[in-house]
Amino acid sequence: MPLLWNYSYKNISTRKLTSSLTIFGIALVVFVFTAVLMLSNGLNQTLVDTGAEDNAIVIRRASQTEIQSIIYRSMANIIKTDPAIKIDSNGTPMVTNEILVLINLPKRSNSKFSNVPVRGVTPMSLEIRPQFKIIKGRMWRPGTSEVIAGVKAASTFKGCGMGETVHFGMRDWKIVGIFETGGSGFESELWGDVDQLMDAFGRPVFSSLTMKLKSSNQFDGLKARLENDPRLNVEVKREKEYYRDQSSSTTLFINILGIIISIIFSLGAIVGAMITMYAAVANRTVEIGTLRALGFSRTTVLFAFLTESLFISLIGGLIGLITASFLRFIEVSTTNWDTFAELAFSFRLSPRIAVQAIIFALVMGIIGGFLPAVRAARFRIINALRAK
Amino acid sequence: MSEVFVQLQSIYKSYWRDSLEIPVLYNINLNIAEGEFLALMGPSGSGKTTLLNLIAGIDKPSQGEVIVNGQHIDGLSENALARWRSQNIGFIFQFYNLMPVLNAFENVELPLLLTKMNKKERRQHVETALSIVGLSDRMKHYPNQLSGGQEQRVAIARAIVTDPNLILADEPTGDLDKQSEEEIMNLLSRLNGEFNKTIIMVTHDPRAAEKAHIIRHLDKGELYD
Ligand SMILES: Nc1ncnc2c1ncn2[C@@H]1O[C@H](COP(=O)(O)OP(=O)(O)O)[C@@H](O)[C@H]1O
Ligand SMILES: [Mg+2]
Repeated sequence: MPLLWNYSYKNISTRKLTSSLTIFGIALVVFVFTAVLMLSNGLNQTLVDTGAEDNAIVIRRASQTEIQSIIYRSMANIIKTDPAIKIDSNGTPMVTNEILVLINLPKRSNSKFSNVPVRGVTPMSLEIRPQFKIIKGRMWRPGTSEVIAGVKAASTFKGCGMGETVHFGMRDWKIVGIFETGGSGFESELWGDVDQLMDAFGRPVFSSLTMKLKSSNQFDGLKARLENDPRLNVEVKREKEYYRDQSSSTTLFINILGIIISIIFSLGAIVGAMITMYAAVANRTVEIGTLRALGFSRTTVLFAFLTESLFISLIGGLIGLITASFLRFIEVSTTNWDTFAELAFSFRLSPRIAVQAIIFALVMGIIGGFLPAVRAARFRIINALRAK
Repeated sequence: MSEVFVQLQSIYKSYWRDSLEIPVLYNINLNIAEGEFLALMGPSGSGKTTLLNLIAGIDKPSQGEVIVNGQHIDGLSENALARWRSQNIGFIFQFYNLMPVLNAFENVELPLLLTKMNKKERRQHVETALSIVGLSDRMKHYPNQLSGGQEQRVAIARAIVTDPNLILADEPTGDLDKQSEEEIMNLLSRLNGEFNKTIIMVTHDPRAAEKAHIIRHLDKGELYD
């Protein structure tokens, strides 16, 4: 079957105004759609990356997050002897006890107060999180009121930048370093000496213990031992899973909101494409009759108009996708609804999202173009030729 | 005398509009020999276009038979008819019916997309057709950059590019000034004389009809000499 590629293409390029309006509509929808997917992807990545495959975290049973969790020193001492924990080259078990407290700080952008997680850590905390890296300044010295700030906390909150001072726990804390953890959620936190922070907050208990396992498959044994130990009352999770669970509400919210917005917008774009294509068919009735008289089949005519609609949606899709890809450079911060801590993350594009966006555009093109194309194919030749 | 090329036998044609039958052609019998140039004249609404459409296979008679070059075309399926048209008929319309977004070359190339020709062969055929109508220098021009007479010449090139035996022209000069009309009529005469095309031309214009060998008249759906 011959295809009228050139005819379809030239109809778009010649009728620039109508084509570009429709293209713009599709581009807008694809932009929104892509942005939502990128946002959700960015959030997922941030939280899933917060945690290593072979790390496990222990919190008090039924506390869900570290913030509500309490682990007594006596419990911590029992946990630290578990045989699944990896021993480092110095013969030290790779386990750290941490506390996590939310403090309230004003944002740089609008001075509104929001929750910032402050984590009390030990030197071992850094070792078991391989992506941790100081990018400016230095580590805090033990026994001092010094803290280091994650890059996102530093840029989002007043007083958290390099060299600045932030007040909480009835003390002033000096920011002596800025750290990165490969884009993960830790970058929205402040990290200080666990002993100093426990002291400042008057909190003699830990929030959690995090440990590196000898190997990832030791997890089930560790979980069984600790959760069944009558002296403990704890829950053991893989670190990755723990952080993923922590963001499930926020991710779900973004996805649902995004899908609803995309659907509403896409209905608009489909109707727009349909109107354009119906108008195209009506304006070109005699052309259609002529093509048929020359010997082109109904199917060829159908495909010519469908091709035109697909061309339009493909161009719109590419424009929307390319525009959305610039969102990579924008950082968003939102309250994580599961922990109420402020969480910063970026729009993140992936090949999968790009493909989804283009498919989405093409689907709009097919839906918008199909009925008009069918109409064009159904004309009787003699009636089409008589149309004026 | 050459062979009968187009044969209409006892044609009756009516249209239906809201369960009301509108008769258009009555008892048409017509034989046209190969290489003939026939002009069909008659007032508006007398059924000239309808008759042409029956011969072209884009409409079917209510009764009677249409035989072109030995083929009973009223019995063919829609797709078979479309293929048959693309190989046997060249169509020329009053308002040229060129695709406005395509240039002269691309318009003439259209019917060749229905053949197995490759790009190079298509180019050769298009160039030949355009040179016959004297528009070799206008290949890249779009319809809106051409005069009415030039547009009709492009349309004629499109009609002959597949080298069909039968050319059907529906008031080909109806929209043209006197000089263009003469050009178009000379061209049709040449296609008939030099290239031996059988031509059936509908026209209002007695001057145009003079170029034909035979003139037949349609009035209220009936055919007269
Ligand atoms: N598709 C159609 N449906 C209904 N009536 C038609 C149709 N085509 C033609 N007619 C009618 O048939 C008659 C002849 O039309 P036509 O063949 O176009 O005449 P001509 O070409 O001689 O002017 C007219 O009365 C016209 O209204
Ligand atoms: Mg007519």
